[in-house]
Amino acid sequence: MATVESSPRPSFRSRRTDVGSLPVVLVLLLGAAIFLLVGCLQSTNFARLTVEGLASGAVYSSLALALVLIYRATHVINFAQGELAMLTTYVAYQLIQWGLPYWGAFFATLAISFALGLVLEVALIRPVLHRSVIATVIVTVGLFILIDGVVNWVWGADLKFMPSPFGNGAFNLGGVAILHLYVGMLAVVAASVLLVWALFRFTKLGLGMRAAAVRPAAAALVGVRVDRMLAIGWGLAAVLGAVAGLMAEPSQLFLSPTLMQSILVYAFAAAVLGGLESPAGAVVGGLTIGVSISLVIGYVPQISSELQLPFAFLVLLIVLLVKPSGLFGRREVRRV
Amino acid sequence: MTALLELEDVEARYGPVHVLHGISLAVEEGSIVAVLGPNGAGKTTTLRAVSGSVRRSGRIAFDGQPLGRLGPAGVTRLGVAHVPEGRGTFAELTVWENLRLGAYTRRGSIQPELERVFSYFPWLSDRRRQEAGTLSGGEQQMLALARAFVLRPRLLLLDEPSLGLAPVLVAELFRIVRQMNKDEGLTVLIVEQNAHLALEAAHAGYVLEAGRVVLAGTSEELQADDSIRRSYLGY
Repeated sequence: MATVESSPRPSFRSRRTDVGSLPVVLVLLLGAAIFLLVGCLQSTNFARLTVEGLASGAVYSSLALALVLIYRATHVINFAQGELAMLTTYVAYQLIQWGLPYWGAFFATLAISFALGLVLEVALIRPVLHRSVIATVIVTVGLFILIDGVVNWVWGADLKFMPSPFGNGAFNLGGVAILHLYVGMLAVVAASVLLVWALFRFTKLGLGMRAAAVRPAAAALVGVRVDRMLAIGWGLAAVLGAVAGLMAEPSQLFLSPTLMQSILVYAFAAAVLGGLESPAGAVVGGLTIGVSISLVIGYVPQISSELQLPFAFLVLLIVLLVKPSGLFGRREVRRV
Repeated sequence: MTALLELEDVEARYGPVHVLHGISLAVEEGSIVAVLGPNGAGKTTTLRAVSGSVRRSGRIAFDGQPLGRLGPAGVTRLGVAHVPEGRGTFAELTVWENLRLGAYTRRGSIQPELERVFSYFPWLSDRRRQEAGTLSGGEQQMLALARAFVLRPRLLLLDEPSLGLAPVLVAELFRIVRQMNKDEGLTVLIVEQNAHLALEAAHAGYVLEAGRVVLAGTSEELQADDSIRRSYLGY
């Protein structure tokens, strides 16, 4: 009995940001930005590859952010995040088939995604969440397989085509043709990321979600309904995933059940690169991976596009070996 | 006076470990009640049973209403603020965000509540943008108290507030709690290792041993009790 009350008392423990490496990371990012800018001014090919990389990087960022939201709150990687995004893209496809205009279908899909994420958390994740991490991971893997099966069953495995959301035009920027599509992808992802950030930063709901993620027990004591916050987190993650899916589709030109499978790997690499717990890290990580892959494939003929995925895995491995806390990760510092 | 909080035959366990074996106690509205006892007596668990952070059986009534199986978020909504052992400070969030969370269950503007709390803790106002984890241990305990006050609770559950604090800070902390009790009629149930301090501040007290109430009385009665003097007051 005595062990219960005399267990270690956390009174003098506090977690603090490890700011040690942050200035270095920021200088590196600034250097990379200058390198990209100079490169773009020097060569139109470089500029084209950079913009393409940023656009696909935005898609990785969005999905990476979805992974990070859930990881922060539950310390579980949602392996089904990509398939969920693929499913919601099919929902948008179906809505367009039924006659909705593209953007009408887009926003309706975001609403449906939110509800879907919420329901999945309540129905599948909540019952196992407090049992064990492994059980929860297995449920997400099961969900991956289930969604894959459902989509193949309902829509079939053949390719589907959706109208292009941004047309086929291009801007001419100093001799560089930049597709409307790429600018649109960047803008849509930027808008959704900013909205999610503002929700977390400025609203009471966002504060409750952050509190529930970092200190669930203390959050419950001030009256935050932690379970509800987790469900809303799943809803938001599904919305970010849907944005990723909807923006990935036009850049791949068609819709198929494998839409998000490689993107999930990039998003995972991006999230790890950013530090897994850092939303800003996920966004920076996604853009970094998008641009690096685009430039490497464009300039290193030995690495063909078939080697993109192994490249992403290499990044993942190197980050985990060299700096497991990622670019923006917090390392726990104990103060005694 | 009527009892704001009543516990009747409350039991609680952590898995197979039985910690409370039928606790009964009453906290009068507007009073400060201390819970004393050695390590492992079940003092912290008693508070956790009230706030719903541990599964409990028996009858707990707040303002005449049985709490049943209400969880911590639900109990907080009734106006019970629990400052847990280790303070429950959100170290990653700013001082202001911590205070905002204290009033999470309140609707509308919390500006009047903040101003009320800043009148007790003036220094907090200048630190509102600071990350709570960067405060000293004493400051964090004050912040935890301030966060509880923002709720304007009817009942404050305070767990070992003096733990690890310098004596001068402990005195300041108890002064503020008594002030709150006098000014606003705040009812307080306080768990404290330092029996002397607790009985000085409290109107009544309960002594727990091995999950049972072994002694109860007013502060004066307890301070005069020989066994209490020997075991807890040390003179």
